[in-house]
Amino acid sequence: MERMIEQIPRFFSAQNLTLLLEAAGLTLAMTLVGCLIGFGLAFVLVFLRQTPGLWALPLRWICIAYVEVFRRIPFIVVIYLVLFFIQAVTPDASLFTIAVIAICLYAVAYTADIIRGGIESVPRTQVEAAEAMNLSRLQTQLKIVLPQAWPVIVPPAIAFAVSFIKDTALVSQVGVFELTFRGKELNNQGYSGILVFGTIALCYFLLSFPLSLLGQYLEKRLGTPRGQRRARKIWRT
Amino acid sequence: MAHLAVNDVRAKYGALEVLKGISFSIEKGEIAALVGPSGSGKSTVLRALMGLTPVTGGHVALAGDQLDYSNAKSVRAARDRMAIVFQQYNLFQNMTVMQNLTLAPLKIKRWPRAEVESEARRLLGLVGLGDKADAYSDQLSGGQQQRVALARALALKPQILLLDEVTSALDPELVNEVLDAVGKLAAEGMTMIIVSHEMAFVREVADKVIFMDGGQIVESGEPAALFDSPRTDRARDFFSKILRH
Repeated sequence: MERMIEQIPRFFSAQNLTLLLEAAGLTLAMTLVGCLIGFGLAFVLVFLRQTPGLWALPLRWICIAYVEVFRRIPFIVVIYLVLFFIQAVTPDASLFTIAVIAICLYAVAYTADIIRGGIESVPRTQVEAAEAMNLSRLQTQLKIVLPQAWPVIVPPAIAFAVSFIKDTALVSQVGVFELTFRGKELNNQGYSGILVFGTIALCYFLLSFPLSLLGQYLEKRLGTPRGQRRARKIWRT
Repeated sequence: MAHLAVNDVRAKYGALEVLKGISFSIEKGEIAALVGPSGSGKSTVLRALMGLTPVTGGHVALAGDQLDYSNAKSVRAARDRMAIVFQQYNLFQNMTVMQNLTLAPLKIKRWPRAEVESEARRLLGLVGLGDKADAYSDQLSGGQQQRVALARALALKPQILLLDEVTSALDPELVNEVLDAVGKLAAEGMTMIIVSHEMAFVREVADKVIFMDGGQIVESGEPAALFDSPRTDRARDFFSKILRH
């Protein structure tokens, strides 16, 4: 304990703080880039999964299989799979890229179900009204269904991304210089584990908490038709 | 030649045959009313014509052109020439009244914006909602929403307008405002097929009444003849229960 208190001034040196700040930035960047790309791809996946017709049956199966398989693999295993696969294909890929790809693959599977739930919450009759006017499937999704599904999709999607900030700690296993990795490093340099990981814990909290608040705000905002209209107006401008 | 000729049309929901060979025709400017008990297939006839329920047999000819409902292009042609108004209005919740009216004319028909918008305003005036262009559907009463839905269908300039129980979801005091709007269209010579339980209204506007039961047409004829002296027992039984003179 005494050793820890004695270490405090040295631990919070400009050099260490910069290191931690960079690591926090990396953690956030990985999560945001991975989740945003994953979220976008999940829309494509959901759209493909709903392709009508017998000829599209294999396509639908592939989409369903992807979601069901990836949701049942531990994230750490996905990371290793991506690591070894990417290194086999392009040996000079950066670890950051590998981490983002792993996050992305995982996020697709989880957010696809969130998106599907949102889309299914829009009454079928809205789609019929659009069909009866000759709107194409894509036009119907973009103009009618998604704008209405949005309020159902956004809050849980943000909640997923926020909780995923924590899970990215696992990519420290492959040597990405994110928060947890830096923590282990500092700990190895002789700093007290309680001090180091207490600080790391605080960093994770500071990263996720504002995002959680944003999620809660959006949930409230999007929950009522009136709020939805306001939000739409804000997004449009 | 009839404007719309429906010949032996069949439709199934899964294994259940809900239309067992429907045949009728209407001329340009005519109004046909489909009446009958719930589950008799009236709404399915309209849905089948719009390609919303798969047609499993029979022929439909519109203005002399055969429509093949197994062919996507033909379904598009049907939807291009006919418009439907649903019982539950089905206005797009995420759009204003104006956007509801102009979406398909702009995006699908690709008519010029100025023309589309002025026509939309004219139609909103026609249904008595000239001041509601910027409202969203949850700010409108059921009757107002249904009148918007009517205007939205008219904005497509359909050759035939299909009305599927447009007053059934409304509070009683709102029924007449919608019927008045439909009455105006009738007076303008709009060709319509209406499914309705409003017998007094049907008697007033319809040129032809088609009585359906169990997915088949039991009897059809002019409203006065059918209502007052039905030839079949089933029709007599039905009308004696619902018509109060």
